[in-house]
Amino acid sequence: MRSKNLLRIGSALGIALIGAGALAACSSSDPLDNPDTTDNSNGGGALVVGSQDYYSNEIIAEIYAQALEAGGYEVDRQMRIGQREVYMPEIEGGKIDVFPEYTGNLLQYLDADATATESQDVYDALADAMPDGVRVLEQSDASDQDSYVVTKEFADENNLSSIGDLAGIEGLTLGGNSELEVRPYGPEGLKSVYGVDVAFTPIEDSGGPLTVKALMDDQVQLVDLYSADPALASGDLVMLEDPEGLFLASHVVPVVSDAVDDDAAAIIDEVSAALTAEDLVALNAQSVDEESPAATIAGDWLADNDLV
Amino acid sequence: MNLFADAIAWLADPAHWQGAGGVPVRIGQHLLLTALALVVAAAIALPSGALLGRTRNGGAVIGAVAGSARALSTIGVLTLVGLWLGIGIGPPLVALIVLAVPSLLAGAYSGVQSVPDETTSAARAIGMSGAQVIWRVEVPLALPVIVGGARAAALQVVATATLAAYTANVGLGRYLFTGLKTQDYGQMLAGSILVILLALALELIFATLQRIAARHASPSLPSKRTPS
Amino acid sequence: MTWLSQNWPQVVSLVGEHLALSLPAIVLSVLVAVPLGRFAQRRPRVGGPLTSAAALLYAIPALPMLIIVPVLLGVPLRSSTNMIITLAVYGTALLVRSVVDGFRSVDPAVRESATAIGYSPLGMFWRVDLPLALPVILAGVRVVTVSTISLATIGALVGIGNLGSLLTDGFQRGITSEVIVGILVTAVLALALDGLLLLAGRILAPWRRART
Repeated sequence: MRSKNLLRIGSALGIALIGAGALAACSSSDPLDNPDTTDNSNGGGALVVGSQDYYSNEIIAEIYAQALEAGGYEVDRQMRIGQREVYMPEIEGGKIDVFPEYTGNLLQYLDADATATESQDVYDALADAMPDGVRVLEQSDASDQDSYVVTKEFADENNLSSIGDLAGIEGLTLGGNSELEVRPYGPEGLKSVYGVDVAFTPIEDSGGPLTVKALMDDQVQLVDLYSADPALASGDLVMLEDPEGLFLASHVVPVVSDAVDDDAAAIIDEVSAALTAEDLVALNAQSVDEESPAATIAGDWLADNDLV
Repeated sequence: MNLFADAIAWLADPAHWQGAGGVPVRIGQHLLLTALALVVAAAIALPSGALLGRTRNGGAVIGAVAGSARALSTIGVLTLVGLWLGIGIGPPLVALIVLAVPSLLAGAYSGVQSVPDETTSAARAIGMSGAQVIWRVEVPLALPVIVGGARAAALQVVATATLAAYTANVGLGRYLFTGLKTQDYGQMLAGSILVILLALALELIFATLQRIAARHASPSLPSKRTPS
Repeated sequence: MTWLSQNWPQVVSLVGEHLALSLPAIVLSVLVAVPLGRFAQRRPRVGGPLTSAAALLYAIPALPMLIIVPVLLGVPLRSSTNMIITLAVYGTALLVRSVVDGFRSVDPAVRESATAIGYSPLGMFWRVDLPLALPVILAGVRVVTVSTISLATIGALVGIGNLGSLLTDGFQRGITSEVIVGILVTAVLALALDGLLLLAGRILAPWRRART
């Protein structure tokens, strides 16, 4: 009886130990824990490169990371972090060193009352609004900003080329994230700047497949897509022009902490200078059409541009 | 506890209780979605579970099916069906049905399994037809356990129905998503409080139903009121 | 499967991260639910409402929970600690009732005999109650294991990397195969652990096998 008990307890312990062992093996490679000690705040330590929970942003972050590694820096990656509410405090707290951002959207986050809309004005306002300990480097030609999009069919039927052409059309519904409803460039802005009336349907995927499908199925007639979205290159969609500057210009800009020294900054600036708007669309298309991982796409682009 | 105060303030604001996006409408949508998911899940799970309860090896099948359904991540199903169907209540409905089936299946199986063979044999011996045996003997006896399964399913569905707001403009989940996206955490917490209250109400209703079913199944057993 | 062939290593590393979040949560659930359930079973007057209250924790939607826990406990939002605690709360909510049922299922006659032989209360717990309650409790732990692994995918919505990241990334890029891989790998992982626990149950309580 006793030996049977021992056998039973022994087996249970064995299984528990295997589990614990697997756990320990996994934990030691767990990059999720935020470093409590600042092992990356001095020039000698690893630089932490982060990205939004957005595949396009992850590609740009990978480009920064690989460029820095080629320049001799040690890089610690923390990709797909989530929304601004989640990662901005971490950047400000110095836990993340390099992060690709977008000038217009970030400006709006930091200063909701900002009035700048032109590209250079937005950049200057943003540079001023940055909190202590973080700064923006040079902005890139590449942009990925909100834009209003309709189907080609709809545009042809109603002769649309700019947002203002929508004025007077009845029964329009706008689809986009819930925060669009309260943004200055949302339904309110459409009405006050262009005289366009829209109803609003929330679609929570930030211009993703649900939004595009809803547009194609005519469940909504107008959506907010990001300008680097490869779907825009398909020919079925038309981006409406924004002559009145409803949308802030929003270019890709690296946000860096003080841990990033001048040499590292120079490497990143080289990347920013080389990244064109067309490049970004092509990178996104590669991700969606060829289903390649961000690291591969980034590596290819850097090689093609002789930056590694 | 600033957050909590914001939530109370949000709930106290009468403007939030009116109109198409107001609390009563959202609660109604949420309940409707929950009910719909439960009914469809029950239609699938109850007959299957009951049928399997009468076989010998049904337990293994139930275990496998319920376990597999439980292993399917809800946002996974929601995402997949969303890619296929687009916006609307289709994707969340499918995900919620998958969520509800395991508990209902297990409840139906255990309930029918727990009916003693002697009872069904006796019923048949008296001359009851197959259908009568099912409806007048097995179902009433199995009912408390089945209701218990429905209770567990209802709780999970009501809590997860908040995900419906990802693809459709319905339910209390709207407050969660809008609150999260616009950084109005008071609204988000208020929505969560409403969901919890709804779940509490459902728990009370189902607990009562379960008690009624138990009394109905065994009227000869002394209840609390009769002296033993 | 173009996507899978190019991204296979990433899937493997995500499995590791997923387990690193789920396993501690499951263990924590057990460590909390067993004493709690034991207490609830011994004192039914307090225990009844306590069990119901615990079960209701499940009604708290996951996303707000992930945001409230850091606020209440001061842990960073994106940390594994946050995820583990949140998952453990749901796991405990699911498990308590099973623990209560398990201890309730112990035949009083057996306990009386044990007292007669001279078992101390502690000895009674470890040598009589727990082993006899184990089958029911283990059934509950299996449910918690599967649910936890499946629920952990929600962490991807707040930037806590795990298999759920395959779902959000696949969704954004419209890569259906990535989403399917995410769902399947999660399910297989859950069922594999479920199988392991089933095996453990057979080893730990062989007398049950004799019954069926």
